[in-house]
Amino acid sequence: MEQGKLFLAFFRVGLLGYGGGPASIPLVHKEVVEKYKWMDAEEFTDILAIGNTLPGPIATKMAGYIGYRVAGVLGMINAIIATVVPTIGLLILLLTSLASFSDQAWVQGMTKAVVPVVGVMMAVLTWDFFEKAKAGLGWLKSGVLFLLSFVSIGLIDVHPGIIIVTLLLIALYGPVRGMEGGER
Amino acid sequence: MTYVEIFLAFFIPGIIGYGGGPASIPLIEYEVVERYQWLTVDEFAEVLALGNALPGPIATKMAGYIGYDQAGVLGASVGVFATVAPSLVLMIVLLGLLNKFKESPKVKSMTLFIRPTIAVLLGLLAYRFFANSYSDVGIWQTLLLVIVSYLLLQRWKIHPAFVIIGALVYGALFLG
Repeated sequence: MEQGKLFLAFFRVGLLGYGGGPASIPLVHKEVVEKYKWMDAEEFTDILAIGNTLPGPIATKMAGYIGYRVAGVLGMINAIIATVVPTIGLLILLLTSLASFSDQAWVQGMTKAVVPVVGVMMAVLTWDFFEKAKAGLGWLKSGVLFLLSFVSIGLIDVHPGIIIVTLLLIALYGPVRGMEGGER
Repeated sequence: MTYVEIFLAFFIPGIIGYGGGPASIPLIEYEVVERYQWLTVDEFAEVLALGNALPGPIATKMAGYIGYDQAGVLGASVGVFATVAPSLVLMIVLLGLLNKFKESPKVKSMTLFIRPTIAVLLGLLAYRFFANSYSDVGIWQTLLLVIVSYLLLQRWKIHPAFVIIGALVYGALFLG
């Protein structure tokens, strides 16, 4: 019975969470804390904070961990499947049916029109991340990191993973004092 | 070999993508477009657009679709597993330990430190989309689509799903 509830809870979250993972956090809270009372608000906040200190998508980390807590390994798999599978199915359906018409002019037109729009979305996210970096690190530090990243990734073509791992190590072991930012 | 490549392509964005789904988009693009060349920039933009128009977490949707496209249902499973499993396992195994560190300024500063890099990656991705659009449909159509979608998304706060649907309809009618 618990498995059925888990599935329903995260199925609803997956289908209603417009705007990606972070947007679905309040929905997870509603299901897990308010509706099924699997944990209290404080514990939920703790799990969210811990999830945020680890990399990777937040929605599935929450689903997996809460599923595990409620009903073991099976619950974990169940909750992740409920979060992820319905919309992947939809996306595959949409894209493969478009692909079968891919030699039609109107389908090619659709692809062409969507490219600049996604460009705008990425540009907005770029600005967003830069602003957040500036708020947390200050103008100078984020500017320097921005420039260094641009030169190494954009001009020299270093794998971004190398840059990111280096920065993570500096954050952990470097001579960095506590800073005011770090929201989320 | 394909399965290993699919695993690696999504494992790396999964473990270094601090800052949730959006932070891992340019990392996924680096792997699937530039490194393994499974998709062109335009195809990636299309997957991203439709992925954004649908609900649910974006990183796993991309992993699921691209994995499926490369190697069927098993490929999709491998992609999602590589995205989700590593940090989830860490979370379950290290929960007690992490609880102690979650207030640590150093741990908090990790997300902060890589934000400028993620911004650069996102900016380069945006640039690639604009450059491709310029060579696909020319400067005027690109400018029109950029300005109108910017106003709709940022000024009038229209939901991205509707903006993308609008762009698809416009493209089908006028750019075909």
